Amino acid sequence: MSDIIRRDPRAEWIVRNRLHPLHLSLVKSQQGDVRGPSGLLRKNVRDVGFIGPNGIKRIDRANLLTVDTTTRRSASKDTQTARPLHVVEQADFYIMVVADMVGGRLTAHDKDLLGQAHRLVVQYSDVNSQCCGAVALVCFGQIKDDQLGLSGVDRLFHLEDTVYDGFSPEARLGALQQIESQYQPLHWLFPDSVHGGADLACRFSARIGERLAAHVWQLDREQCLSRGASGSMDIKRATPRIVTLLEECADPIEDTQHQALPMVLEPMAVPSARLKEKGQMAVDASAVPLAEAEFILSAGNGIHNWAQFHATATALGATEGASRVAVDEGFMPRARQVGASGTWVTARVYVAVGISGAIQHMQGIGQCDKVIAINTDAGCDMVKRADLAVIADSDALLMALASLVEQHQLAKHAEQIHGENSNAA
Amino acid sequence: MQPNVNVVSLVSIGRHPQSGRARRAEQDGRAVELGLKLVQDKLTLLHAGNAHETVLRQYAGMGLDGFTVLPQGEGDDAVPVLVAYFKANRQHHSRQIVLTGVNAESGESSGMLPYLLAEQLGWPIVPRIADIVRVDEFEAEVLLALPRGQRRVVTVSLPFIASVDSAAQEPRQSAFARGLRATLTTLDYGSRVDDAVSHWQVAPAKPKPKRLKVVKAKTAADRMKAATAKPVGGGGKVLRNESVEEQAQAIFDLLLEEKVIR
Ligand SMILES: Cc1cc2nc3c(=O)[nH]c(=O)nc-3n(C[C@H](O)[C@H](O)[C@H](O)COP(=O)(O)OP(=O)(O)OC[C@H]3O[C@@H](n4cnc5c(N)ncnc54)[C@H](O)[C@@H]3O)c2cc1C
Repeated sequence: MSDIIRRDPRAEWIVRNRLHPLHLSLVKSQQGDVRGPSGLLRKNVRDVGFIGPNGIKRIDRANLLTVDTTTRRSASKDTQTARPLHVVEQADFYIMVVADMVGGRLTAHDKDLLGQAHRLVVQYSDVNSQCCGAVALVCFGQIKDDQLGLSGVDRLFHLEDTVYDGFSPEARLGALQQIESQYQPLHWLFPDSVHGGADLACRFSARIGERLAAHVWQLDREQCLSRGASGSMDIKRATPRIVTLLEECADPIEDTQHQALPMVLEPMAVPSARLKEKGQMAVDASAVPLAEAEFILSAGNGIHNWAQFHATATALGATEGASRVAVDEGFMPRARQVGASGTWVTARVYVAVGISGAIQHMQGIGQCDKVIAINTDAGCDMVKRADLAVIADSDALLMALASLVEQHQLAKHAEQIHGENSNAA
Repeated sequence: MQPNVNVVSLVSIGRHPQSGRARRAEQDGRAVELGLKLVQDKLTLLHAGNAHETVLRQYAGMGLDGFTVLPQGEGDDAVPVLVAYFKANRQHHSRQIVLTGVNAESGESSGMLPYLLAEQLGWPIVPRIADIVRVDEFEAEVLLALPRGQRRVVTVSLPFIASVDSAAQEPRQSAFARGLRATLTTLDYGSRVDDAVSHWQVAPAKPKPKRLKVVKAKTAADRMKAATAKPVGGGGKVLRNESVEEQAQAIFDLLLEEKVIR
């Protein structure tokens, strides 16, 4: 399709008419774009005409030299260029990245690690150009991220089993040991995070008896720089095999896409757990600082029944937030205000009820993963930003939501009692 | 009722973040506080290092009559002596709880010590605990501190090692005179130099470069858009004409899927 050569009668006409305002630019266009060092399009204003046989500059107004301006190839339809695919046919070595995957998605920290892993792969390939390495991601539990390839994952160890759910460091450690014995990766990179990355790294290091470098923020093939003494010292040392890296250690992958080929592990014996999880404890959501809260139900000018809003927040176990209007009117305390002049929140799920989405408010929720909007106005900015928007009256909707939660709680409770009874029997 | 367990708090020398002076370490103080809560003054306070460090008396001043030091030189590895100590005190093992901080405030502060101890003694390790709720003869119920103020309940069989998070109860005020009166017991289990450290180059921390926001737009129009556009999501789902029940169900399903409702 794109190879059909088409005539453009209008362009032909402009090229013939040297008084036309677009005349010069069309004549030029055949010579292609000139780009400056920064990639900007440059126009050479002196580049008109040519030097004639007797050394005098001539400007060819009659277009005797123009040949091909009037025909052009029809522009290719898909303007969105796909990133080039980075293919690793046969991996000679592996760099393992053990991801936190909070809520089933790669965190920014995980992506930095993947970028760092690719830098290591490049450094090793520079030394030995024959061997090529792959960055393998190890992740546990459900994956909700469909962009793994775009974040730089060549190979994927996905361990999805009930034994890896929740708090299960011993089972996870077993899986890492299995990978270690089966693939002998060149390096293990862990995020230095409170989401379990640092814990797993320490367990792994203690188990296989290799000293790790913790809190590393600069890393190359030979040396690494790590923070010690509660962040007051930089320790430079030879890079060990196991490293826990701080955030922003390297830039994430942005220009290529990768295969994310799933890998198989030989079946392994799961060690008997000495730590047994008894579930997460219900914490008082209103005691959690707004900036740290994971799940926020936020109220704006569109809330009319405040008692119901508070009841719904309690039922959902959500931390309460508010827009400035709700605070100024005195319905909510100042500490609950979200936005430019309030708190910048980092919630994973943010439910905005009756909030229009003024830019000052949007700035505060820039880091939220999932935004749910409840609003009567389908055209407002919050609805545009939201991953799920419902166009409904806040009153009725919160009521329906609260009753759903109540049913859910009752059903769960009944199940629990049933389970206990059958255990007792 | 006081549980019949033997609790040891491992303490280290802290470092004040501004002045850099030695102090009672933040997390170790919390570990001592938690130990005091469990067994009052039957708590064993243990330090591997310089026995004449005055900071140790700040820990003892929290309400203990004495403390134990395994003497070590500067740059010695604390793990082998601690392992030797615990192996020598085998009679307490079935009812032993060891509390430490998460990271030391000086040295490498990799947080590996409790893990290495646990591995070599064959005990389980519980990371980042906020509290110990219940202890009986065989197991204990502990609260793990998760990010965002969440807590997780975990049961663990005795004996175990736990590192205490900053979310645990703040350490109480230390009484200076009580600390001075505390008796010092030193036990010698030898010492071993940590060889790897001699190959390190240690320097005051350089500030980390801040990541710049790079706009990768090719044209001026794209750059303008990147600078001025409001943050927009990837075009979410909009429910317009459904009944309120259906809409509420859709929200509820998303909340369940994101695991924020349990
Ligand atoms: C310097 C400065 C700083 C500011 N800082 C902040 C800040 O930090 N945080 C902040 O939030 N604001 C801030 N603002 C204010 C901001 O500009 C907006 O005025 C404010 O966010 C609007 O709040 P709102 O969305 O709740 O109200 P409105 O804009 O009035 O929106 C109400 C929304 O509710 C909907 N609605 C109405 N009735 C119902 C119903 N029955 N059911 C469902 N939906 C309904 C409407 O369609 C509308 O979209 C700041 C302003 C300035 C000038």
